[in-house]
Amino acid sequence: MTDTILDRRDLRFQLFEVLDTDTLLSRPRFQEHSRETIEAALDTAEKLAQDKFANHNALCDKEEPRFVDGKVVMRDEVKEAFEAYIEAGFLAARASFDEGGMQLPEVAAAACTGMFTCVNPGTTAYPFLIAAAGNVIRNFASETLKQQFLAPMMEGRFTGTMALTEPHAGSSLADIRTRAVPQDDGSYRIKGNKIFISGGENELGDNIVHLVLAKIPGGPEGVKGISLFVVPKYRLDEQGEPAERNDVILAGLIHKLGYRGTTSTALTFGDNDDCHGYLVGEAHQGLRYMFQMMNEARVGVGYGAALLGYRGYRLSLDYARDRTQGRSAETADFSAPMIPIIEHADVRRLLLTQKAYAEAALAMSFYGYRLVDEIQTGDETQANDAALLLDLLTPVLKTWPSEFGVKANDMAIQVFGGAGYTREYPVEQVWRDNRLNPIHEGTTGIHGLDLLGRKVWQAESRGLVLLAQRIMADVSATTDSRCQPFACALQDMLPKVQSVTEAVGKQLASEGATAALSNANAYLQLVGHVVAAWMWLRQANAAVALTSAEDEDFANGKLQAARYFFQWELPRVETDITRLQEGDRSSLDMQNRWF
Amino acid sequence: MKVLVPIKRVVDYNVKVRVKADNTGVDLANVKMAMNPFCEIAVEEAVRLKEKGVVTEIVAVSIGPKTAQEQLRTAMALGADRSILVETDEDVQPLGIAKALKAIVDEEKPELVILGKQAIDGDNNQTGQMLAALTGMPQGTFASEVNVADGKVKVTREIDGGLQTVELTLPAVVTTDLRLNEPRYASLPNIMKAKKKPLDTKTAADLGVDLTPRVTTVSVEAPAERQAGIIVGSVDELVEKLKNEAKVI
Repeated sequence: MTDTILDRRDLRFQLFEVLDTDTLLSRPRFQEHSRETIEAALDTAEKLAQDKFANHNALCDKEEPRFVDGKVVMRDEVKEAFEAYIEAGFLAARASFDEGGMQLPEVAAAACTGMFTCVNPGTTAYPFLIAAAGNVIRNFASETLKQQFLAPMMEGRFTGTMALTEPHAGSSLADIRTRAVPQDDGSYRIKGNKIFISGGENELGDNIVHLVLAKIPGGPEGVKGISLFVVPKYRLDEQGEPAERNDVILAGLIHKLGYRGTTSTALTFGDNDDCHGYLVGEAHQGLRYMFQMMNEARVGVGYGAALLGYRGYRLSLDYARDRTQGRSAETADFSAPMIPIIEHADVRRLLLTQKAYAEAALAMSFYGYRLVDEIQTGDETQANDAALLLDLLTPVLKTWPSEFGVKANDMAIQVFGGAGYTREYPVEQVWRDNRLNPIHEGTTGIHGLDLLGRKVWQAESRGLVLLAQRIMADVSATTDSRCQPFACALQDMLPKVQSVTEAVGKQLASEGATAALSNANAYLQLVGHVVAAWMWLRQANAAVALTSAEDEDFANGKLQAARYFFQWELPRVETDITRLQEGDRSSLDMQNRWF
Repeated sequence: MKVLVPIKRVVDYNVKVRVKADNTGVDLANVKMAMNPFCEIAVEEAVRLKEKGVVTEIVAVSIGPKTAQEQLRTAMALGADRSILVETDEDVQPLGIAKALKAIVDEEKPELVILGKQAIDGDNNQTGQMLAALTGMPQGTFASEVNVADGKVKVTREIDGGLQTVELTLPAVVTTDLRLNEPRYASLPNIMKAKKKPLDTKTAADLGVDLTPRVTTVSVEAPAERQAGIIVGSVDELVEKLKNEAKVI
C-alpha cells in the first residue's frame, strides 16, 4: 500500500501532530479554516497533481524544450497543467480572500504545492517563479507597477523570472555588469547578458516579467550599487495589454542534467539599445529586495529537495515490496519462491536511511514555513523570535534537505539495482532533478559561509540561543521512555555546538576569516544534523502520542527511523566537532600546484 | 427541477491496495479515501445541467461513515447545493444503499437521480438498477450522453458493440459511464464556499431501513501474478499457439 506521492497520513502528522497547526488556525486571519478545508485543498492538489502533472514528468525530461525560430517549443501538457493549477486557485492559495485567494497559512499552502513538486518539479517551477517574482513586486514596487504587472501575473496571464546570474558572475553578484541608464520619462534602458534564467522564455502566458538585477552608472561599488528592474518581454500599451516587443532576446537554451521541463535560458538585454526597464522601489536597494524573495525561495528549494528525497524513498519502497529476489539465509530449498527484496536487511537499511533523511527534511521544511506564518500572524514576540530563528536557519533549511535529499535518491537507485540505473525506471530522473538543489539559490559552500561567517553572529548570536532554547523545550517535554535516549543524545550535543562555535569565534579573531571559515561546510553539516535530530525527536514524541490501533505501524515506523538517526547518523558529526575545534587546516593549506 | 446525486466514499483509485494477511479484505488502515470516480462524473453531469438552466437544485447524498462528510463537502465544492449523510458504520452493500436511497427519494422527490454505474471498491454495478426497481422509476444505465427536455430524459447508453439511446419519462434514474464527461476540480475558492452549504445527517433508523449486510465475504485473494510472455516468430506460430496452447480459437 505505497502511495508514491506525498503520503496523506504523513502530511497530517507533520501538520497537525508534530506542528500544532490547529492553534495557527485559531488566529483571526485563518478563522475560516479548519482541518477539513485544508484536507479538501490537499485533495484537489493531490488529484490535480496525479492527473495533470505526473503524466508528463518523464515525457518533458525525455523531450526537453526546444529552441525553434527564436521561440521555445515545449509539450502541450505543460500549458494544460499550468492553466489547471491557476484555475484551481493554487497560485493564489496564500493570498487574501479579497484578492481572490484562499488565505491559507504558509504551512498548508506548502503542503498543497508539495504535491505538484513531488511528481513534476519541472512544470511546477513555472507557477512558483510567478509567485516568487510576484511577491517582490507586491512588497517593493510602486502601485503603478503592481497594477500593470502583478495583477496579470496572479491571473497567470504573465509569467515571471528572476534574472540575477551573468556568465562571469553567479555567486559573486557584486561583479554583475548589466547596466541600467535612466531616461527622461523615468524608465531605464537595460543592457547586459544573463544566464541560467529559469522560465526565461516560454509560451505559457501572454508576457514574461523579468526581475533583473542591474547597476545604474555612477552608483556605489559592489552589491550596494545593485538595483532591481521589471523588464517585460512585451511592453504594455495604454490598456495594459502586451504590445511592442521589448529588446530582450533569447540567446539560447541551456541543456541540463535534470529539471529539464523548466527552460533554462541565456538572455540578451538591450542588444539594440531599446530594452525598457522600470525601477522597483528605490535605486541601489535591488539586492535587499531580491534577497527577501531569495530567502523564501531558499526554504522552497530545501522543501523541493525534501520532496524529491521523499519521492525516491516511496518509489523504492514500493519496488522493494514487489520485486522478488533470493531467499532468506536459512532457506536451503531452491524450489521455494523468492522473497520480496524488502525482506533483506540491507535493503531495509537503504530504505530506513532514506526515510530518516526525507522525513527529517520534510519536518524541517514545514517548521520553516511555520516560522513564516509566525512572522506574518504571530504577536510581536512570536514574530520577532520567528524572524530571528528563520534568519539563522535559512542556510540549514536550504542545504540539509538538498544534500541529504540527493543522498536519499542515490540509495533509491541502489534499491532498484540495475533497473534503477536505467531510464526505464523513474528514480534516476528524480536523482538528476534533485541534483540541482545543492547548487541553485546559493550553493552549499556559500551557505556554509553565510551560516558561520554571518548568521551565527548576528544580533549577538541570539538566534543560536533561541535555537538552543527551542531544542531544550522539546528535550524537556520528552516523557516516554522510548524517546528519552533521543532527548539525552540531543541534549549532549548542545554544549558541543556551543563550544565549537566559540572556538571558531576565537579563530575568526586570531586567524582571520579565510582560515576560520575554511571548514564552514563541516559546521553547516553539524548544525544541520543537530536540527535533523531535533526534528526526529519531535516526530518521535508526536508518534508515541498516537493511540489509535490504525496508527500502530505508522508510529512504530517513525520511532524506528528516529532510532536509526540517533544511532547511526547523529554520531557522524563527532568528526566535524573535533576538526572544527582544533581548526584543522587540511583544505586551507593545500596548495593549487600540489594537485 | 431537483436532481439527487448519490455518491460513495471509496479507497482512492491511485492507491495500490494490498490484501490483508488473513484474507478477510484489503488493508484500509491510513489509506487515502476519495469520492468514487463514477460518482464524480455524476456530480459533474448534474452541475452541467444546472449550468444549462435545466436543473435548479442539486442534492448530494451518501450512505456511509461520518468521514463521508468529506466527500459530500467535495460534491458541494464541485457545485451541489446541499447534502445529506445517512451515517452508518455498517459495511454497506448495494441493496441496503438502494433502500436508503429510496427513502430519501420519497422525501426529496427529485425528478432525476444521477449516480455512478458502479463503485470501484465493490465493482457491483447494482445500486442504480435496484433503486429504479424499488422506486418504480425508469432507468438509463451506462450513460455517455444525457439530454433533458419536456419532462423526458434521453440517455445514450454504452452497450456491447455500440450505443443505444433510450428515452425515459421523468422522474428517472441515470447511471454514468466513464465517457459521459470529464469532471472538474474543486477549486480552492469553491472549497471555502462549500463550507457554508447545508449538510444534514440522518441514520438508517430515521429512514426506517435496515442496512445489515446480506452478502458474506468468504475470502479475498490478490489476483494471480501474471506469467512472463513470449515473443512469437510469426503470425502462423501465434495462430498455432492460440489454437493449441491457449485453446481460445
